[in-house]
Amino acid sequence: MKDFIEGSEAVARAVCLCKPGVISAYPITPQTHIVEGLAQMVADGRLKCQFVNVESEHSAASVVLGAVAAGERVFTASSSQGLILMSEVIFNIAGMRMPVVLACVNRSLSAPINIWNDLQDSMALRDSGWVQLYAENNQEALDLTIQAYRLAEDSRALVPVMVCLDGYVLSHGLEVVDIPEEDKVAQFLPPFNPAEKLDTANPKSFGLLAGPDYYLEIRHDLHQAVKDTLKLIPEITADFKRIFGRDSGGLVESYRLEDAEMAIVSAGSVCGTIKDTVDNLRAEGKKVGLLRIITYRPFPEELILQALAKVPMVAILDKAISLGATGPIYADLKAAFQGKPGKKISGYIAGLGGRDITPDTIKEIFQQLAGPEVSNQFIGLKSSF
Amino acid sequence: MRIKLTAEPGSARNNKTGSWRVERRPQFLQKNCSACRMCILVCPEGIVSGKEKNSFKTDYLYCKGCGLCAAVCPKKDIEMVPEETESKK
Repeated sequence: MKDFIEGSEAVARAVCLCKPGVISAYPITPQTHIVEGLAQMVADGRLKCQFVNVESEHSAASVVLGAVAAGERVFTASSSQGLILMSEVIFNIAGMRMPVVLACVNRSLSAPINIWNDLQDSMALRDSGWVQLYAENNQEALDLTIQAYRLAEDSRALVPVMVCLDGYVLSHGLEVVDIPEEDKVAQFLPPFNPAEKLDTANPKSFGLLAGPDYYLEIRHDLHQAVKDTLKLIPEITADFKRIFGRDSGGLVESYRLEDAEMAIVSAGSVCGTIKDTVDNLRAEGKKVGLLRIITYRPFPEELILQALAKVPMVAILDKAISLGATGPIYADLKAAFQGKPGKKISGYIAGLGGRDITPDTIKEIFQQLAGPEVSNQFIGLKSSF
Repeated sequence: MRIKLTAEPGSARNNKTGSWRVERRPQFLQKNCSACRMCILVCPEGIVSGKEKNSFKTDYLYCKGCGLCAAVCPKKDIEMVPEETESKK
């Protein structure tokens, strides 16, 4: 069934179709519409689920951690300051190998306080042991949410998954979204049946201390598990296509990269703007393309190396920055290409705090890419106010 | 997962924390005890036992020597004594 809905509702409907047993979240702009929608579904009896109201995001994350440990499928969502407040629990969820699915509606970080979109919040948690998926549009936000449960709960993975969608651009923007039928989702997503769970009849301890004799190995295990999802994700997207009939999600998307002399690498909704600009520049005879990162953690290094192997000039458009260093995607990409000379790789920062990224911004990046190699060039910086 | 991240309950019994004690251990004198049970209540290890007056004792296999029982005893019937002191019992 097709419907004209905002990204928040697309995520809420996807979660409803996956039938979680426990949802807990705290309202924060611009994520609020997701849990508002889910709360309504629970209140109306359309979703049989325990909706736990809490006093903070730290508690919301703790509630879903406890519930998933007890064997329930769970969901939570947040943005910006809320996600950062959750961060202590976020690391614990991954460390305990709990298959939580979280929707991050991307928003900038304070200070100064700013409620608009960039990717600084989820990027700050890229080292937490979560799989991070970035949606380009509302349809993908819905599809990735359903795929996230399948991936997280796979006994070969058992890692949490963060589905990231850009605040306002997707969360509050309306698009036509194809909403799958309930029986197809049931066919794609088996019931959640963890091998071990909290059970008063068969007590177990979770979240234990590990001293220097064990910690290194346990972290290596988690690192390996997150990396191994690089093999599971294509398998899951293929199965998704078989059941729902559409290609959605995956690791990376190459857009008009064949014979490209210049390419932009980025993630999220800005890739829609880049695609339009690439089309227009191609019509003018310029050989440009886009590499869209869908799965940012684990980092699909091999696929990126392959996709960009023949592109001599690569620009990375980061909507986040590791302050005092470079954009996060730039740093990863530069590391991936180390020891492979003959390529210009430049890093650009744009769109922080909701500054619009327009086709002109993208054209400017392509123009600058022809110039000297840079690592963290801000685009659209005003010199005076 | 290569490494199991959960454990069976009751594992605290396997860790004989008595070796953590330094210098002093509680001595239950069993003379003026009123069986108020405060020593049972405050023991962080839950290893003080006893029912009747002058019957209370601790388990030195687990006692870390924190001294809370001696501090709380209203009859001053528990004393912290040097480890070398010979047990009267």
